[in-house]
Amino acid sequence: MSGHSPEEIKKSIRSYMMVFGVLIVGTIVTVLASFVDFGSSTANIIVALIIATFKASCVALIFMHLNAEKKTIYMTLGFTWFFFLGLMVLTIWASEDKPNYTVAPNDTPAVMAAPSEPAAH
Amino acid sequence: MEVPYTDTNRPDTGLYNAKVGIWLFLASEVMLFGALFSAYILLRVGAMPGHWPTGLLDVGPGFVNTLVLILSSVTVVMAWASLKLNDFKKFKFYQGITVICALLFVVIKSFEYKSKFTHHDVILKDGMRVDGHLVEETDEFIVLSHPVSYPAEKGIRERAVAIKEAEHHAHEAGGDHHHEDRKIMLDDIEKRTTWGPWANTYLAIYFTLTGLHALHVIAGALVIAYFWGPGSKMWKTHPEQFANRIEVSGLFWHFVDLVWIFLFPILYLL
Amino acid sequence: MESTDSHVHHEDGHGHHDPGFWRKYVFSTDHKMIGIQYGLTSLLFMLLGFFLIALMRWSIAYPGQPVPVVGYLLHAIMGDMASPVLDPQTRELIGYAISNDLYNSFGAMHGTIMVFLAVVPLAFAAFGNYVVPLQIGAPDMAFPRLNMASYHLFLLGGLIMFASFFIPGGPAQAGWTSYSPLATSIPTDGQFYWLVAMVVIITSSLLGAVNFIATIIQLRAPGMTWMRMPFFCWAQFVTAFLLLLAFPPLEVGALLQLMDNVAGTSFYLPTGLAISTLSDVSGGGSPLLYQHLFWFLGHPEVYVLILPAMGVVSEIIANNTRKPLWGYKSLVYSVLVLGFLSFIVWAHHMYLTGMGTKISTFFQTTTMIISIPSVIILTCLFISLWGGRIRFNTPMLFALAFLPMFGIGGLTGLPLGFNYSDILLHDTYYVIGHFHYVVAPGTIFALIAGIYFWYPKMTGRYMSEFWGRVHFWCSFVFMNLTFQPMFAQGMAGMLRRMADGGVGYSIANNPDAIGGLADRYLQLNVNITLAAYALGISQIPFIINLFYSIKNGKKVESDNPWESTTLDWQTPTPPPHGNFVGPIKVVNGPYEYSVPGAKADYIPQNQKA
Repeated sequence: MSGHSPEEIKKSIRSYMMVFGVLIVGTIVTVLASFVDFGSSTANIIVALIIATFKASCVALIFMHLNAEKKTIYMTLGFTWFFFLGLMVLTIWASEDKPNYTVAPNDTPAVMAAPSEPAAH
Repeated sequence: MEVPYTDTNRPDTGLYNAKVGIWLFLASEVMLFGALFSAYILLRVGAMPGHWPTGLLDVGPGFVNTLVLILSSVTVVMAWASLKLNDFKKFKFYQGITVICALLFVVIKSFEYKSKFTHHDVILKDGMRVDGHLVEETDEFIVLSHPVSYPAEKGIRERAVAIKEAEHHAHEAGGDHHHEDRKIMLDDIEKRTTWGPWANTYLAIYFTLTGLHALHVIAGALVIAYFWGPGSKMWKTHPEQFANRIEVSGLFWHFVDLVWIFLFPILYLL
Repeated sequence: MESTDSHVHHEDGHGHHDPGFWRKYVFSTDHKMIGIQYGLTSLLFMLLGFFLIALMRWSIAYPGQPVPVVGYLLHAIMGDMASPVLDPQTRELIGYAISNDLYNSFGAMHGTIMVFLAVVPLAFAAFGNYVVPLQIGAPDMAFPRLNMASYHLFLLGGLIMFASFFIPGGPAQAGWTSYSPLATSIPTDGQFYWLVAMVVIITSSLLGAVNFIATIIQLRAPGMTWMRMPFFCWAQFVTAFLLLLAFPPLEVGALLQLMDNVAGTSFYLPTGLAISTLSDVSGGGSPLLYQHLFWFLGHPEVYVLILPAMGVVSEIIANNTRKPLWGYKSLVYSVLVLGFLSFIVWAHHMYLTGMGTKISTFFQTTTMIISIPSVIILTCLFISLWGGRIRFNTPMLFALAFLPMFGIGGLTGLPLGFNYSDILLHDTYYVIGHFHYVVAPGTIFALIAGIYFWYPKMTGRYMSEFWGRVHFWCSFVFMNLTFQPMFAQGMAGMLRRMADGGVGYSIANNPDAIGGLADRYLQLNVNITLAAYALGISQIPFIINLFYSIKNGKKVESDNPWESTTLDWQTPTPPPHGNFVGPIKVVNGPYEYSVPGAKADYIPQNQKA
């Protein structure tokens, strides 16, 4: 967003309209894709998230002008992105990585349950 | 001394203060929704088999709302572009649409909420469970439409599928499906709840995520409405600063849209 | 822009009109007044936090015995939570003791108040607000009205937290960490107040953090390049980023727990949860999710507590050794690395939650790596002392004491960072000793040093040097007497959070117990309690000094009484609205002390050598 001369603004308006179209098509594709079986639910999730990421990138890059922003903002968002990934990945990793010789609660629902009847007094 | 760079760019960073401020704020919002998405994943991955529903929500209203937010995102950026082209009338027009879209979004959302809160989940004393929408309630009985019944221990995932099928059948039968309504005596009921956030973990995260998002929509709409109405007087006195404010409020609005782009598939479709 | 600045200044700076009481003291948008507001509020909360621990220490040292004097007050405010004590013979009421519930409440509130309402607002908001805009040569914060809003939100959050003392059932009881499902299962409203207050305080911190970062990025005076910024500003800059990016997950954590408490959700309540009977919840939640969200903030929060303190200490050390900080660049890079790494070490607080070996190795490794930049910073500060002409005034004494005290706090943290030794030490008094050494004689000493140091700029008068020294030596001695024995107790296996101070686990009471507590460790409870009271009394000279000196302290000889180089001292005293008399242009680095060939032994940042 170096300059805001009328010509440049008019040029960007064209790209805004294109993004508008892309977003609508993207939304329709997401819904349609959810009715298609890509083999496993994981595959479906990945497809949907790829489309969503693509749509979100369009909004971020064109509408929010991140395609031509200043270094300060890129750096801030870069760190934010990294820490966000850290939070997500490490939390999930920690919940997946169980110690040896114990049973994950998923397999036996009763593991985490305390006795449903209170002990007799 | 006045605080510098409120309307002009600082030479070395190339930014004005509010723009730095809003991006920092959005960074913290990324972490806010990021943490919620992490919670979503953790709860979903950790759910016992059969206890995470898919297709519990109607895709229709969610789809329409997605389009509404996309449209509003376009009008926000067009409003800013109109200001930059010195066309105040067009700015008013576009930003007006934005506010209407925001209202429409909230209205559609509240209808969706209502349909969940009127959904009754009834466990009978004979060990059966009935799901349906409340149509009538007296001191002695309740009447549920589109009733589906199965053993009480059925997981939410299979219940969601069965409910979908029942609605589908009712739809095919046309408007004449009142004969299917089910009357349940209160005396036969062991426990009865509605589909609020307390019903299960999926609905809990659904209400939390969409509720927080709706708060952002309302807050953003209030700001945009202010700059559309009384705040727009500033255009006459400080046009540059006014355009900056529109840009900054627009950035927030795009972020709200961006969050919804992820919310829609993970809550409605997957 | 310089010319416009000086022009505007003549309108606003000199002929500044009196804004009236409310605008000046309550609804002020001036960063200096907001800094002082934050400072006084947080000092009050610190006093409250200390008062709570004083009562808890009584219960630990003399379990079940009536609390002298304030026992009746406790009964008046907290009702049945203060348990009546009867004379064994006459069966007459002789006073009120602290019940276990009350002890838990006070424990939770002591931690919460000290961390979120006392130390963070004092270290970050108070000093940051007052000093950072001055040091970078800015007329105010980037968003003055937002600044005012942050303070008011902070005050609102603090008042909600404080109000929970007066509701039936008392305040939250689940510890400052508020782990679920414990926090959700205690049947009082205290937790609700705690959560609402936390959401408000977090929002306030977020707004503050946005403001600080924007100010430092945008409002540095001409010539104030990044590498000419005083180390204090760097520390505050990194701290602001920690708050900005680490607090939102805790806000989510608090919101989800609020949903659990209010809307009946089960985010943190597992299937089959039973509290005496099977809970009537939908289940499917994960208690560990809360701990992840909490500690994702919780660990960066440690650095939020310590970085501003390091900043204050570096300013004071550079000024009073009359020589540049040793390794300024190493300090800056260390603080950046520290901030970065602090986001990926959080689960070392969770070794006992059943983590697998791979993930705990990861967190153990990052935890050990993060000690490197901390050691670099401390080493740089120690080496800065070498060969200096040290002025031993009160701020310098506190700053010097910070170095070994924080050193002890940091080094005792290493065994807790290792998975294997943490399993033994977790949840014992060792942990309490460790983090109090970091925060109490560490951070709080540094902050007190800062108060003595910047007081002349705020008021135009010094605080009393004699009483300052009395304050320092008493605090220093009693601080160590309070916290040092806790290491011994902890290594002997004494658990924290016990209202009776471990009597229930003593060998005397359970002769057959394996690993029972020997009497000599229980005896330390009394020593610690007495030392803590003495520590409290040692603060009285400080409190009197703080207020008495406003009107009666020795007047400063000039605007720059400590002969400092940084811009905060190149202003009128106290700085007017807008801060500087003329346009500021920075030409020097931050610590040009004892430059060979210079007229004085310091060259201010805005003056040519």
